[in-house]
Amino acid sequence: MSTGSIRIKGLSHSYGATAVLKDIHLDVSPGEFVAIVGPSGSGKSTLLSLLSGYLKPTSGVLERTGTTRTVHQADGLYPWLTVEGNLALGLPKLDAASKRRAVSDMVGRIGLAGFEKSFPHALSGGMRQRVEIGRALCGGTDVLMLDEPFSALDYLTRLKMRGELCRLLEDQPRTVILVTHDIEEATQLADRVLVLSERPASIVYELKIDVPRPRDVTASGVVDATKAVLKAMGYEP
Amino acid sequence: MDTKHIRNSINSWLYPSLTFGTLLLIWWLASARGYLSEQFFPTPAAFVTGFREEVASGSIFRDTLASLSRVGAGYAISVAVGVPLGMILGTVLGARLALLPLLNFLRSLSPLAWIPFAIFWIGIGHGAVIFLIVIAALPTIALSTMAAVAGIPKVYFRVAQDYDLKGLQRLTRVIFPAILPQLVTTLRVAMGLCWLVMVAGEMLAGNTGLGYLIHDANNGLRLDLIVVGMVVIGLLGMLCDRLLMFLTRLPGIRWGYDR
Repeated sequence: MSTGSIRIKGLSHSYGATAVLKDIHLDVSPGEFVAIVGPSGSGKSTLLSLLSGYLKPTSGVLERTGTTRTVHQADGLYPWLTVEGNLALGLPKLDAASKRRAVSDMVGRIGLAGFEKSFPHALSGGMRQRVEIGRALCGGTDVLMLDEPFSALDYLTRLKMRGELCRLLEDQPRTVILVTHDIEEATQLADRVLVLSERPASIVYELKIDVPRPRDVTASGVVDATKAVLKAMGYEP
Repeated sequence: MDTKHIRNSINSWLYPSLTFGTLLLIWWLASARGYLSEQFFPTPAAFVTGFREEVASGSIFRDTLASLSRVGAGYAISVAVGVPLGMILGTVLGARLALLPLLNFLRSLSPLAWIPFAIFWIGIGHGAVIFLIVIAALPTIALSTMAAVAGIPKVYFRVAQDYDLKGLQRLTRVIFPAILPQLVTTLRVAMGLCWLVMVAGEMLAGNTGLGYLIHDANNGLRLDLIVVGMVVIGLLGMLCDRLLMFLTRLPGIRWGYDR
């Protein structure tokens, strides 16, 4: 299993005088699926930027092993490249023939056969996100960062995409960090859900979910976990 | 092709023809009825005669070729230097700090102010006109290329980092394709500018060309030839813009217009 791990100790980050993250501790083992939820403005995106290496933490230790790729909320595909061209970006080290094989294999996995030559603007939002996930999975990425990957999609498409993600990860297991404000998404997908507090954020709640994937969104394990996370976030019905 | 498509392509010829036809009709009527004196504007008949004269002597072709080659050379130099310069300005902060004020200064200064120096340094003719075109077009191209680079969504650079596109690859495979749609607009604006400057440059620092044709006709009070020059300049300018507009149909550029 080719996957990476993450170790964070006493990590803090601030933008000038604004402290965003405070004393975060987190260990992610290879192959684990961790979801991070929290109120908006709590620093979820900052944490993800730190984990992806786009930002350097103000203080604390952050260690990563393996390569990391991020799936963005929307518009992360290069609009001047076709589906094939975007997927091929994930495979820079292969020769032309093996690249073609790997790309057409991935096109099949993400269910976009027939759309190889299409440009992103001609695809639906769900199709575009499938290409993004496919691109990030190409070429043996170790850690997959998902930054609100389905939040621009309608509810049913979102449910379908969660299923597809599970299927893809079953074939190609990866360490996954999912940042989302969709608590149901977190509890349906993750092995472990972390809840961030208001800014400056630290991890205030952690929940392990030992239900095998794929899980139904209405399964009791998922519903119970959702209730527990909502409660931890201070939501009382 | 469905009927809507056919109708659209007929209309795209019909409507402009109506506009120009109406203007021609007004011109003809106003001249024929004596509202427009020949001292102030030539009659359509005089225009046709003047045009034939220019064609018969071949001088309209020589002037057109001279003007086209100057615009072509000036434009080529401006694009070849301006686009890479704009990309550097957009990506290297030091270059931006150092050169931006100078470029803004040059852009604010009418290129025609350079005419005396163009004549002193290069002498009347080809070189001086090309110099004026470059002085006008290069800062504009560089500045708007820079603005296009500054407008590239941050997420493209994050993706570039994830997929190991660095240095030259980042420039050629991310930055350049990302600005292409906007670059085409820049190229069209710059082409228009080149035409404007070419006319003025040839009038004052040229001894051939369409601008000089107008200047010369003015000295000889040949109003018909002035209009001949104006019509040829306008039509060629439109043609150049049309050709550049075809670029927007290329697959690597179209995405910027289809969204």
